[in-house]
Amino acid sequence: MIAGLTWLLAFQVLGEVVVRVLDVTVPGPVVGMLLLFVYLRVRRYGDDGAIVRAGSALLRHLQLFFIPAGVGIVAYLGLLGDHALPIAAALLGSWLLGLAVVGWTAVGLERLLGKPRDDLDDLGDLAAPGEAG
Amino acid sequence: MRDDLLELARSPLALLLVTLAGYQAGRWLQARTGGHALAQPVLVAIAVAGTAITVLDVDYADYRSATELIAFWLGPATVALAIPLHRQADRLRGFVVPLLVAIVVGATTSIVSAVLIARALGADEALQKTLSTKAATTPVAIALTESLGGIPPLAAVFAIVIGIVSAITAPATLTLLRIRDRRARGLAVGAVSHGIGASRMLREDETEGAFAGLGMGLSALAISLLVPVLALVLF
Repeated sequence: MIAGLTWLLAFQVLGEVVVRVLDVTVPGPVVGMLLLFVYLRVRRYGDDGAIVRAGSALLRHLQLFFIPAGVGIVAYLGLLGDHALPIAAALLGSWLLGLAVVGWTAVGLERLLGKPRDDLDDLGDLAAPGEAG
Repeated sequence: MRDDLLELARSPLALLLVTLAGYQAGRWLQARTGGHALAQPVLVAIAVAGTAITVLDVDYADYRSATELIAFWLGPATVALAIPLHRQADRLRGFVVPLLVAIVVGATTSIVSAVLIARALGADEALQKTLSTKAATTPVAIALTESLGGIPPLAAVFAIVIGIVSAITAPATLTLLRIRDRRARGLAVGAVSHGIGASRMLREDETEGAFAGLGMGLSALAISLLVPVLALVLF
């Protein structure tokens, strides 16, 4: 566990170094993620290694780490209430547009380029009844 | 309440306990409801901790520094998103071009539409700027909003709110939009709602979760590069 966490912190620091040297606004952990991905590919890293075990343990509780930032909502309840309509509309509207555009662009290009699909076997209980494949 | 007990209730120890207990309550609720979409542990925990600091009259800044121990792990956990992606890397084959184009088009759409919708409904410029970064993961949203002249702490709140909305509704919405490709589903959720969305997708399906992590990372890159450029046109 500690060995794995040490590696994760090392890649995070490496990401921070890259961000500072290149002077970009991307956060260090995101660059660290891309670097770790390259490392895992190059080393053909197995499922039982320390990095995978520690990383999977952290990922199981990813939501936990957002809670301190999220509680900030209480500090802004007044402002949020005063501008409820533009805030809600902009958040939800651009979220939905972004979701649709990313999904449709990716699927559309796959089709256009004749690439294989990776569809869900089963749409679950949320699918519209009688939808054709 | 006795003063010394009140002081204990406002201590970092007690605030950490409330936060973890709220999270555990959320996990319990999630298990009890068979993984109901609304039972997101992050939502339950924010409600519990938010209520606690309001009742105890603790400043948010004090709560934030008391819980730094928890927030710290967001960094290493973000790095760890490389792991599901590594395990699913074979599925990248034939998807690289659609993925890159979709991320750039999606980042542009989400920045421009947030600003224009807010402007049409009468939000001031600081609020528009703050809303423009909300699809990015929290640390990126904060840094970008700061450089634009928006309201950085509010950017974090918006990013979290949209993450929670996405965690609750994204799988059903994607199905309604008839997006069935697991890679595209994950990518879309990661691109518009970063780590909170990714954590929901990881629970649904490992492929969707892996591509959500990738979508989050690439979208953070794209938004960081696009926001300063688009700001010249929009403001």
